[in-house]
Amino acid sequence: MKVLVCVKQTFDTEAKIELKDGKISNTGINMIINPYDEVAVEGGIQLKEKKIADEVVVLSAGADKAMDAIRTALAMGADRGILIKQDPDADEYARAVALAAAIKDENPDIILAGHVAADDGSSQVPTRLAEILGLPHVNVITDIEIADGKAVCTSEADGGTQVTEVALPAVISSQVSWNEPRYPSMKGIMQAKKKPVATADAVAVDNKVSIIEFSLPPAKQAGIKIEGAEPPEAAVQLADWMKNTVKVEVK
Amino acid sequence: MAGTWIFVDQKNGNIRKATFEMLSEAKKFGDEVSAVLFGKDVEGLVPELAKYGADKVYIADADIFADYNTGAYVAQLAAMISENSPNAVLFAHTFNGRDFASRLAQKLEAGLATDAIAAEISAGKGVFTRAIYAGKALSKVEVTTSPVLATIRAGVWEVVENGGAGEVVKPAVAATDADVYQTIKDFIPTVSARPDLTEADVVVSGGRGCKGPDGIKLVEQLADMLGAAVGGSRASIDSGWLGHELQVGQTGKVVNPNLYIACGISGAIQHLAGMSSSKFIASINTDTEAPIFNVSDFGVVADMFKVVPVLMDELKK
Repeated sequence: MKVLVCVKQTFDTEAKIELKDGKISNTGINMIINPYDEVAVEGGIQLKEKKIADEVVVLSAGADKAMDAIRTALAMGADRGILIKQDPDADEYARAVALAAAIKDENPDIILAGHVAADDGSSQVPTRLAEILGLPHVNVITDIEIADGKAVCTSEADGGTQVTEVALPAVISSQVSWNEPRYPSMKGIMQAKKKPVATADAVAVDNKVSIIEFSLPPAKQAGIKIEGAEPPEAAVQLADWMKNTVKVEVK
Repeated sequence: MAGTWIFVDQKNGNIRKATFEMLSEAKKFGDEVSAVLFGKDVEGLVPELAKYGADKVYIADADIFADYNTGAYVAQLAAMISENSPNAVLFAHTFNGRDFASRLAQKLEAGLATDAIAAEISAGKGVFTRAIYAGKALSKVEVTTSPVLATIRAGVWEVVENGGAGEVVKPAVAATDADVYQTIKDFIPTVSARPDLTEADVVVSGGRGCKGPDGIKLVEQLADMLGAAVGGSRASIDSGWLGHELQVGQTGKVVNPNLYIACGISGAIQHLAGMSSSKFIASINTDTEAPIFNVSDFGVVADMFKVVPVLMDELKK
């Protein structure tokens, strides 16, 4: 069984965002694998360790430097990589089209991806991929069992937890609580340098969404700060503020 | 002209507040507002939808729509869109809403703005503001395909009673069993008397300063007194004091309540990203340098174990 994992390279979640010439500046930003995709990579590697999968392919669409994200996934234990070179301004539609074209050539049994990216927060691409490929999709999974050509997935759902079964091949999107991604070992990092990574250019399609402008949210002003007071006295003042300014309802 | 369609986010006949928020706001677009209701035996929900402004309610009522399933819902809504050509279709940005809207958008080869926090829709043109990098930046995007598709964050719009006509329209059922590709084996509802984190008016969160289950218990007691949801920073999730689904921040939930109370939370940038759009923020932390104070309307530099019990006594008075 072949597992293919889609990864996006994103800013470190600790990064401070600044604008330069009207665009989001990437100067001095540490780049990582999108944390939700990192969980998908770990999930794919665990399927191989459990002998359910025999190959884990990692696929990314993006700028040349997205190669670093692929190498990190290879160092964790994926077998080989594919980098689709694509303009970083490609929208969710264009990215899904580019990834789907590469996936069709690979014909995997399971396609894993994070359910959302920590940068644009769109949560569209895995779902769009499934539609293009004509495959079932389970979103936001926290656990998976694979047997008899089917995947039974536990997912975070609105107001609860859902258990869903789909036939393979299928697209499966991960929630961060699925697993704890491993750190690459030194041996893994050395081996990753020798693992094959194919490159190709993205299928050229027009965006369906156009960005008008980026901005930074208005800075929130700090208000009252009680310092040096006895805690009970501070609590009384906080209670007054909650009752009179916020007008909370007490049950 | 077939106006603005609002997909009704409901389960077992309980409509999410986000649906009423969208109906209320859609009235301002100056176009006919329709609710789109999928389910089984759901016609009884029509008066509620009309109350918040639905001029029309499209009802797809059949066994196949009893519970959300992506394939059947997409087939049905795609057929309805093709027949009626609405200017815009909006969904709540819930797990189901984003799944539905994304798959529909791809089927229509259309653009989609997800998790929008503001919208300008007129004459078939749709411009949306989105919080990116979990709220550290904003992007304004135009969906350039038709109909305009978007999912909207809960809590960004006010619910207003508007009295729509609520005229019922029953389109033909276009989905078949062949469209269904997921089998729902089980659904385990969250057993909690507390409101949903992303829809609550008040959220009380605990962090590292809770020091363990005792501190979390204080957070929960305060939350229950205020009818609030409970949340946590990464520290309290990673320590196992709270379930992952309660994490507030860049890799958790983004919340937008009227009041957010941070107990023992220092305010790492990725936590601030998940809560700093709250209308009012109160924080209790022993470290005067904690970044949470920079975004707080009311900050108390003190030990939460000494403040919260007195706070609860005072609130009861």
